[in-house]
Amino acid sequence: MLLKLLFRNAFRHKLRNTLTVCGMCIAILAFGMLRTVISAWYAGVEASSTSRLITRNSISLVFPLPLSYRDKIRGVEGVKTVSYGNWFGGIYIEEKNFFANFAVDPKTYLELYPEYIIPVEQKEIFLRDRKACVVGAKLAKRFGWEIGDNITLKGTIYPGNWEFVLRAIYTGRDKTTDQSQFFFHWDYLNESLRKIAPSRADKVGFYIVGLTNPDLAARTAADIDNMFKNSFAETLTETEKAFQMGFVSMSEAIITAIKLVSLVIIVIIMAVVANTMVMSVRERMGEYAVFKTLGFGPFFLAGMILGESLVIACLGGGIGILLTFPLAKAFGQAVGDWFPVFNVARETIVMDAAAAVSVGIIASVFPAWRAIHVGIAEGLRRVG
Amino acid sequence: MRENIIVEIKELSKSYRRGSQSVPVLENISLDIPEGEFLALMGPSGSGKSTLLNLIAGLDQADHGIVKVGGIDITTLSETELADWRAGHVGFIFQFYNLIPVLTAFENVELPLTLTGLSKKERREHATTALELVKLEDRMDHYPRQLSGGQQQRVAIARAVVTDPTILVADEPTGDLDRGSAEEVLKLMERLSENLGKTIIMVTHDPRAAKRARSLKYLDKGVLANAPETTFSECL
Repeated sequence: MLLKLLFRNAFRHKLRNTLTVCGMCIAILAFGMLRTVISAWYAGVEASSTSRLITRNSISLVFPLPLSYRDKIRGVEGVKTVSYGNWFGGIYIEEKNFFANFAVDPKTYLELYPEYIIPVEQKEIFLRDRKACVVGAKLAKRFGWEIGDNITLKGTIYPGNWEFVLRAIYTGRDKTTDQSQFFFHWDYLNESLRKIAPSRADKVGFYIVGLTNPDLAARTAADIDNMFKNSFAETLTETEKAFQMGFVSMSEAIITAIKLVSLVIIVIIMAVVANTMVMSVRERMGEYAVFKTLGFGPFFLAGMILGESLVIACLGGGIGILLTFPLAKAFGQAVGDWFPVFNVARETIVMDAAAAVSVGIIASVFPAWRAIHVGIAEGLRRVG
Repeated sequence: MRENIIVEIKELSKSYRRGSQSVPVLENISLDIPEGEFLALMGPSGSGKSTLLNLIAGLDQADHGIVKVGGIDITTLSETELADWRAGHVGFIFQFYNLIPVLTAFENVELPLTLTGLSKKERREHATTALELVKLEDRMDHYPRQLSGGQQQRVAIARAVVTDPTILVADEPTGDLDRGSAEEVLKLMERLSENLGKTIIMVTHDPRAAKRARSLKYLDKGVLANAPETTFSECL
């Protein structure tokens, strides 16, 4: 009987409750999208491995480190593999076509990043060809590139036009793997620099250190940095997660603002649902008095009001959650340049559901309290 | 031999607060109602009829005095105990029927039975019997908005009697009905009293309704008084 009552009551005032359900749906949709934007910001951090360290110049990432550090780092206890690379900063045709591009030591780099899946034959050709490049599937799709295509990047940090041949396209092992990057042989960059700018040759932007045991990360990082203490290029070694967090923290003010806005949206919809429930309960005060007269207790009344509020909130929330997926897909395609990984995380869905349930519960507290505490005689006077 | 008294009221007083003032509504009322009685309570507006009815039905708390129904002093019961007591012992008939609009006639009648330990099948049987009693078995799937005022009041009566309560209280049961419908409802109440031996306490302004009762009490300014000659002559 209780279920029958709360479902029928939830759709008694069709226009008002439909509008409230729509409002709830839009609020949960907006909340879900904003949380997905935040997740996208942290995608790099999420995709980071615990078994990788990043070593860079302790002054700033823009200052390079000597290539000679590679062998020294390799000798540190706990280090399994060492790779290295440079941020290339090349532009494809025009600046708006931004994507991340790196010069890397291909063999060690691909060893350290098993999440980049490349077909074996493509990988072999890529490793053999010094002018070869490998791109993510999303990036290839974006520009319509196919294997064998010639790609020219205009250097910004390293002047000139740089010619590459697309030899491999990688896909992501995980949903969080960024499939919009561009890699090529570090040797190709270094050999050219030896000719055009010898002072910049044999220098790398960062080292990537693979560990034998992730539990030793802190000790190994300290050992590496201690080794280069008081040298002309001191190092700063941190876990890949900490390194990625360093980038995210640059946008912390924006992320905090987005988080606040997402919470404000939930508070606003909570007020809207509460208002709907207050209006419904006020209209039905006489009915609640009848229930009390017949012997129904406060728990029944509270259950009826809470249930109705939950039906409205969860229905709107449910539709909002369902719509989040296609909207996030469309949004992700539109802003793929800025957010290479734009997936609705399971945590976001859990937060959406928790927000909907919380709204339902909190919005019913005051109306339920009112209905329970109004005297029967007073309630009955409101009939007619 | 003393009749079996079902409602026993002793020195009952009740007042309401209006700002800082206390307004007495009932003063020192004592009244015995025998089992099976059909009592009409009359009196001018504000005389305390509905307040007395509410106190007998356990809807309100008295300031002073005793109300015993079926031997239970309901003035000593807590809110929760009163709710349980009402569910088992009192059937209510209101002026505006007070049916739940989102429930069908059958579901409205079944509603009080959900507080009992009856099975679904038993509830269905009881509710159907009650609707047959008020001759609305063919309207059990209708919602209140699909019924006339008289039919709604008959559903309300079925709801009031379905738990076989100790007493039936009716507050202006014909107050919102046309003459024909009012007549049907009164006949039904008469039948409940005469054929089923139900104790009915009815508040009314309508002398025609009071006339159907077997006894009449008159309240004036919160005290039981002799009814004016005109009232009696209209009711007799």
